[in-house]
Amino acid sequence: MHIFPFLVVVWILAVGLYGVVTSRHLVHQIVCLIVVQSSTYVLLLAVGYVTGAVAPYFYDVPVHTPAVDPVVQALALTDVVVEGAVTALLLAFAIQAHKRFGTLDPQELADLKG
Amino acid sequence: MTPAARRWAFLIAGAGLVAFYVWGLTGLPGFGQYPGPYGFILNDVAVGQTKATAVVSAINFEYRGFDTVGEEFILFVAAAGVSTVLRHLRGERDRSTLDEALGRDALPTSDAVRMVALIFIGPTVVIAWYLALHAQTSPSGGFQGGVVLATAFILIYLSGQFLVFKRVSPVAITDAVEAVGAGGFACVGLSAVLLGLPYLTNDLSLGHTPGAIDSSGTIALISFFVGLEVAAAFVLIVGELLEQTLLIRQEDR
Repeated sequence: MHIFPFLVVVWILAVGLYGVVTSRHLVHQIVCLIVVQSSTYVLLLAVGYVTGAVAPYFYDVPVHTPAVDPVVQALALTDVVVEGAVTALLLAFAIQAHKRFGTLDPQELADLKG
Repeated sequence: MTPAARRWAFLIAGAGLVAFYVWGLTGLPGFGQYPGPYGFILNDVAVGQTKATAVVSAINFEYRGFDTVGEEFILFVAAAGVSTVLRHLRGERDRSTLDEALGRDALPTSDAVRMVALIFIGPTVVIAWYLALHAQTSPSGGFQGGVVLATAFILIYLSGQFLVFKRVSPVAITDAVEAVGAGGFACVGLSAVLLGLPYLTNDLSLGHTPGAIDSSGTIALISFFVGLEVAAAFVLIVGELLEQTLLIRQEDR
């Protein structure tokens, strides 16, 4: 059984989480969160893959050609949109945190709140 | 908790998470052996039912179109949220985009950057609308086209001054375009309700040739509205973030 693409998913997730936990800068932490989310793209596309099949677009191939699962690809699009929305909001919060507390180090921000 | 302690706590917990995750993933069908049935059924019936050759778009704007309404409003709310979080706070004032020190203007944009950006603006707009209007044909759609269209505005910012970016995308107009995009999608769905059909029923002519520009009925129309909404939302978000770094300064500095 081919498991390698799924190991890539786990690796991207673990590396991203490690970055989130050890980050010393909010913007860096947000980028790490994006890395964590990227693992879900790989997972979705890997789950729907069919060996030897074409993309689910039937413009220049006949309709009943074997094709990969289109549902997970549609979900990956939703995933990207949500990531864009979340990232924009988090960056806005990071700007306001920097204005208010003068630092972007999560450790120092936690100390400030006591 | 000290950073070192936190790292150790994570390494232990993370090892457990990775172990269980790998264990869970080994229970999946192997890579390349997607068992179906939903994807295969849709691949078989979607082109006949919707006259769209792009099954992913058919799913997004037709089979699960109602979810995509929600997805579009996620972006709409995010743009509103960014505007709210980045509003002018007490004690903040606008400043000129030029450097405040007397006799030391901000560096002008380099001619090389300006030329490359200007060259790319036109093709970017063309590609954006090509993507947004061919959701039914090829791997594209309103979301992709909208993001590319927003890039054209960012190229305008790169090629000149922030003020030019604000002049070509005034907040009142961007807001209106975003509302038209979001509301247009919702209204396309409601038009079916007015005809006594379920919400978002594809009630337009499907055309004859699958994948043609006039095929697939509401899929192409919804994609157009989504393109408007996504482009406006991203222009708004980028504009707000740029305004923070370039215009707003605290009073006591």
